Amino acid sequence: MTAIINIALKQGVLDSAGKASHHTLDTLGFSSMVQDVRIGKQITIKLNTNDEKEAREQVTKMCEDLLANTVIEDYDITLEA
Amino acid sequence: MKNVVVLQFPGTNCEYDTKYAFEKLGANVNIIWHEDKIIPENTDLIVLPGGFSYGDYLRSGALAKHANIMDAVKIYASNGGKVLGICNGFQILTETGLLPGALKRNENLHFISKHQTIKVLNNKNSFLSELNNNDILNIPVAHHDGNFFIDENGLKDMQDNDQILLQYCDENGVAKILNGSVEQIAGICNKEKNVFGLMPHPERAMETLLGCDHGVKMLEGFLK
Repeated sequence: MTAIINIALKQGVLDSAGKASHHTLDTLGFSSMVQDVRIGKQITIKLNTNDEKEAREQVTKMCEDLLANTVIEDYDITLEA
Repeated sequence: MKNVVVLQFPGTNCEYDTKYAFEKLGANVNIIWHEDKIIPENTDLIVLPGGFSYGDYLRSGALAKHANIMDAVKIYASNGGKVLGICNGFQILTETGLLPGALKRNENLHFISKHQTIKVLNNKNSFLSELNNNDILNIPVAHHDGNFFIDENGLKDMQDNDQILLQYCDENGVAKILNGSVEQIAGICNKEKNVFGLMPHPERAMETLLGCDHGVKMLEGFLK
């Protein structure tokens, strides 16, 4: 199965790139549409297992050990068959 | 003679400046490759120098924290050994958890490279013992991810334990925003005061001929 991990700065941690992009969207005329912009990254991992429980356990460990810095970032894991 | 070890990761680029700086101060300096697993006995200080270890991939310092040599660094530090991280080295130490907080992208998103005045906030530690509180130093900075972040509780802990050592300031010593750091923090230490990290580059401020030698007084504290 495949794990798709979305990583972004925590709420409350200033996202300068998101803020700058928000500003530019405003200047393009989207200000009435756009409430907030957050920029993160997506990591896709092809796994050698189809066991969802094992996959989530191991990918969570990968996030905690390496993929995310939990001092400033949140991560979200989606598993696809 | 004091023995200083300077670590070298793929993408490190300040190891020779750092070696030069400590040799100028009279230390014996060894550069150690990241694949090694052993810190030599009788090491008085380990320096994680500046650069772009592993191309800053994933996050600055994130991949270096799992390099072979880092297990030995953690053991060395837990036994009270002195460790200094400069710029990328500081990022590696926060990623490793040897120092609190994290270093984010500069608030203005620019790579900032210039001479910067910084103020000594706390000299009760082996790093800044040769300086006085409120001394103003002129030291080069060169970083993209120097925006120090820590949550409110973490900040309070650091303040209570005298862990905030250096602050960006103007030429009169008034705190000044450089990169968005909480409290304009430029350098810190751990609770035990044996692990130090700063974004400015004292090893680049060793010769008046090259602009400034304020780095001498910072680094020689380690050799006393």
